Order: sequence, then structure tokens, then C-alpha cells
Amino acid sequence: MTTIIDIPDVATTGPGAVSRFTARHAAMMPTFAAIAILLLLFAGAEAFLRGDFITGSNISALLLDNAYLLVMAVGMTFVIVTGGIDLAVGSVMAFTGIWLAKLLADGTSVAVAIPVMLIGGALIGLLVGVLVQYFNVQPFIASLAALFLARGLAFVVSLSSIKVEEPAILWMQSTRFKLGDWYITPTGILALAVVGIGAFVMHSTRFGRTVYAVGGNEQSARLMGLNVARTKVLVYVISGFCAGLAGLVLTAYSGAGYPRNGIGTELDVIAAVVIGGTLLTGGRGYVLGSMVGVFVYGTINTIINFKGADQSWTRIIVGVLLLLFIVVQRVIVARAERRHN
Amino acid sequence: MKAIVNHRLFWPATALVVLVAINAIAQPRFLAITMRDGKLYGALIDILRQSAPLMLVALGMTIVIATRGIDLSVGAIMAVSGAVALTIIDSSGSPDAVATVGIAVIVAVLVAMVLGLWNGFLVSVLGIQPIIATLVLMLAGRGVALLITGGKITTVNSAPLKYLASGYVLILPVAFFIWVAAVAIVSAIERRTALGVLTESVGINPEASRLAGVRSRGIIWGAYIASGILAGAAGILAASDIRAADANAAGLWIELYAILAVVLGGTSLMGGKFSIAGTVIGVLFVTTLESTVVFLGIPPAQKPVFFGAAVIVVVLLQAPRVHEWGRKVGSTFRKQPTDSKTEVEVAA
Repeated sequence: MTTIIDIPDVATTGPGAVSRFTARHAAMMPTFAAIAILLLLFAGAEAFLRGDFITGSNISALLLDNAYLLVMAVGMTFVIVTGGIDLAVGSVMAFTGIWLAKLLADGTSVAVAIPVMLIGGALIGLLVGVLVQYFNVQPFIASLAALFLARGLAFVVSLSSIKVEEPAILWMQSTRFKLGDWYITPTGILALAVVGIGAFVMHSTRFGRTVYAVGGNEQSARLMGLNVARTKVLVYVISGFCAGLAGLVLTAYSGAGYPRNGIGTELDVIAAVVIGGTLLTGGRGYVLGSMVGVFVYGTINTIINFKGADQSWTRIIVGVLLLLFIVVQRVIVARAERRHN
Repeated sequence: MKAIVNHRLFWPATALVVLVAINAIAQPRFLAITMRDGKLYGALIDILRQSAPLMLVALGMTIVIATRGIDLSVGAIMAVSGAVALTIIDSSGSPDAVATVGIAVIVAVLVAMVLGLWNGFLVSVLGIQPIIATLVLMLAGRGVALLITGGKITTVNSAPLKYLASGYVLILPVAFFIWVAAVAIVSAIERRTALGVLTESVGINPEASRLAGVRSRGIIWGAYIASGILAGAAGILAASDIRAADANAAGLWIELYAILAVVLGGTSLMGGKFSIAGTVIGVLFVTTLESTVVFLGIPPAQKPVFFGAAVIVVVLLQAPRVHEWGRKVGSTFRKQPTDSKTEVEVAA
């Protein structure tokens, strides 16, 4: 379902190398489109803004500012490729972030606090997965319950923000490995590592291929003898774990835990994943595409900050881009279906 | 007895009664209703009044869900319609004139209708998945609302507007009559004509109903338009309640509460059969749960824990696996020769 799209049929009808390439990699087209848009955004910003947009420090800041989104987008990609959705990520990020800050403030050592909060995130994911798989609850509703639960738990931990004094956490943000104008922080390295691991798991492990198979056609996957139940639960656990990791990154980034963090972030993450070329119907998508989607989102944000324009434009532009991408995807899917018939 | 238990509104109604009972036991004054100047006051009356915006939104959501869709943009539509209405009133010379408010309400609802039209176009004509199609407006809508209000919170002092949210007709609040009227109109259109049946057929199997001659495109489109109009009206009510248009906070999370209310009322998210009475009970349950939290003195910020727990309990009660467990437990009881036969029947 993912990449196997009638190759012999196309090879005879499509004479040019370009059309053969696009037909063969139809599933990748939305991701290529996202890369094109990202390059266009960069070029446009360079040309029409102050002309100093593409600098090492700007691009580095892009990764730094969006590291937490990137981490969540990787987990979300797994869920969406199985055809599910996880609305809870923003709340789980807030909950794990404030919990970490609270544990540290109470004198717990970092070596204990970080694993505890990550397991907390994974457990909320497990709850969603079990509801979806074993109780036939729709992913939307199951993760909605987790959204409420985690948001409330964040406020149970603390009603106000808690400052983090722990040097190990602050180190993650303040350390900069420099190469000329470019720099990267440990949080950035962590985010890129998550992307790398995510891409590897998706493409080169049995579990990853099962994720695609489940998203392509759950019934067929089951008949093939794949372990659908375990896969569907695991993707939510992964997403919850990633949201927990995002909580760690964001707490390091802002130097504090705050229970109001990440309200509406789940939508930003879903938008970034969709812009990156993942089909919400499942079966198609790439972790690296989601990374491009996050960068498109981050670049739009940066440009709007540069222009000093109203923040409301970010939401409108992201909404319009989202629309553009779903229409493009719709056309691609429709063409693929026509070819099958 | 069995017929009552098996009625599909039995469990939602029981949940509502239990919730009210918990409140009444925890705080006896919860049930108190007092009469002052010919108007009724009390916690229960407040619930009837405060339900209005959610009730309107949930009504639209019921119809959309019945067509196997979902409308995530209702909160954003509320923000836009509130912003439009209050900006018109704010910029007019006579904010206290009934005509000004009337024009503002009509324009705001028309704008909301256009937004619903747009959602319906994406879903029914372009064939985009409802979650994503409405996600576009959910993201962009608040941005539009912020542009309309110029990024600030527009506040107005207008007597007719205030009347909508906190005024009284006879002895009960206006807002209560507004939602009752909306429920009556929607039920009449859906249940006194064939539209309701056609909506259900589209939700159960769009392809089969199209082949059977049902114009599914128009029905789906209409559902989103209805949802838009109702969300627009809810936006005006919400804005008049606080006499301000707050583009960021108006209708925040209401789509989630509305979906919750619809599901609690027994309408399946898979589309098809829907129950307007169930939605009414679901909305009253959600609003009561909300005021319960306040009543029990729990910090409002921690409220979501209760909603999360409530959603989990309710979806578990609806899950086939849990029903199976219930039957198993019931049959093990039945094997033992006990005289508590009636209890067994209830458990089964």
C-alpha cells in the first residue's frame, strides 16, 4: 500500500523519466512538495525580508525553537500512519514537563526524575492504546480522554509554573556546540536523534513495516498473521513517550515547568505531520517528511516574527497550507485509485 | 423493567440523575430554587442557562456525526461570529438599539453559515476526510477572529445583547428558551420530515444510499451548514454572556465537549442512528459535571481530570468487550439458584 503502485503499467504509458519517477514514488510526492515549499519559504524570506534570513544562527535557532515539536511529530507520525490520531500529546507534554519540574524541586535526583516522567508519558499512551485496541474506542475519543486527563493532572501537580534549578537540565539548553555561525544544543541533538531512530524503526524493522501494513489495510495485515493488536497499542505508547520527551525538551528550553504549556499544540503537530506528507487515512508517511513539516511550520513562525506581523497570521497561513496539502494528497490518492481500477 | 433498562436513553439519563443526586447529597442547597421578582434562581436554573452555547453546538454536531462526519471548527466559528457581532455593535453609534444588535446577530450568523458552507464544500464536494477538512478552519478561524477584533478583546455595553445571555422571559432565562427553541426546530426538521432518516442512511452507508437515490452530497453539505449556523448562534450567546469577544478563549475546547455530549447521549461516532434527546441529556450532563466541580470546591483548572475520567468510564460502558464481561458475570450469577432473580436481570 505504501510504495507498491502499479509499476509495470506506468512504465509503458509514462515515457519520460520524470513521470516514471513521480509515478513510482507517488507516496513520496507530498513530502517532496513540502521540501519545495520549505525551500520556497527560505528563498522568499531571503529575497523579500532583510536579506539576512538564511544564516547559520537562524537555521540553528529553527531547530532549537522547534525541537519539542519535532520530537512529538515523530511519535505522531507512527500513530497517524496506522490510521489513528493522538490528541493528547500537548497535554502529556505539559503534564510530564511540570511533573519533572516538581520532582526536581522536591529534591529527586535527575537520574530518577527523567525516567519517571518519560514512563508517565508512555503510560498515558498505553491507556489510549488499550482503549483503542481492546475496547474499540475510536482513537479520537480515547486520546481526547487522555487529553483531558493529562491536562488536569498537570494542574494537580501544580497550579503555577515551577522554575528548574537543576544544572543537568539547564545544561541541555545552554550548552552550544559551535561550528562557525552554526550551533546545536543537546536538546537539538536529542530531537535529531529521535528523528533518526524513528526513521530507522519505521523503515528497517519488522515493527515499522507492520505499522505501514496496519495503516494500509488492517484486515489484510491481520490475515497476513501480523501482530496488529500489539502494533496498534505500541504506536500510542511511542507517541506518549515522545510527548514525555518533548516535555523534557520544553522544560529545558523554557527553564521551567508550566501546566498551561502546549494548549493546542496537538493541532500544530498534526498540521506539521500532514504538511510533511503523511496521509491521515493511514498507510503512507515518512518520519523525515514530518521533520520537514515541522521546519515549514517553524519557518512560517520565524518569518512572521521577523516581519513583526500579527501572530494570528501564523494560524491562518498554517491553516491555508494544511488545506493546500490535503487537496494535493486528495488528488494523488484519487489518481492512484483510478490507476488501480 | 427490562424495556426501560434497554431503552437507549436509560444509561445517559441515569448518569445525569446520579450526578444531580451526588450534588444534592454533597451540597443540599444545590437543589434549592428561589423565586425573586417573579424570576427563578438557583444552581439548577443556572445549569439550564449555561447549557445554551454547548447545546446549540452539540445539536449541530449530532447532525454532522450522524452523517459519519465530525466538525472540529465549531469553537473557531463561535470565535468568529462573536467577533463579528461585537465589532458591529462596538463600531455602531447606538449599541443599545435593538436594531443594531439585530443586524449584528444576523450578519454574524450569516458569516458562520458561510464558514459551515465552506466545511461542507470540502467534505461533500472535494471528499476530504471531515476531521482534516474542519481542522483547517479550526486552525485558521481563530486567526481570522483575531484579525477582526484587531488582536484585542472587544468589550461592549449593550442592553439588548446582555439580555440574550442573562435576561429572563417570564420566570426562566432567555438562553434556556433559545436552546429549547433550537432543539424543537431541529427535531421538527429531522424527525417530522424524512430528512432524519435520510441523514441516518447516509451515515450508515454513503455509497448504498447514493445508489438508492439519496442525494447524499446535499445532505452532508446541509449538516455542516446547520452546524455552522448553530455554532454562530452559540458564539453570540457566549459573547453576550461575558459582553466581550475574546478570539482566543471563546468556544475554546467546545468542540471536544460537544463531541463528548453527543457520544454520552448514545449517538455513535461511526455515524448513522442519532438521538437528539440523547444529546440534550448529554449536554446537561456535561454542564452539570462542570458545575459539580465548582460546587465541590475543586480548583477549576483541575476540572479536566474529571472530564477525562468521565469520558473513559462512559466509553468503557459502551464497549462491546465490557458488555461481554457483564454478560459473563450475569450468567455466572444465574447458574446459582438464588432468589434475587430481578437483580440478575438488571445486571444482565
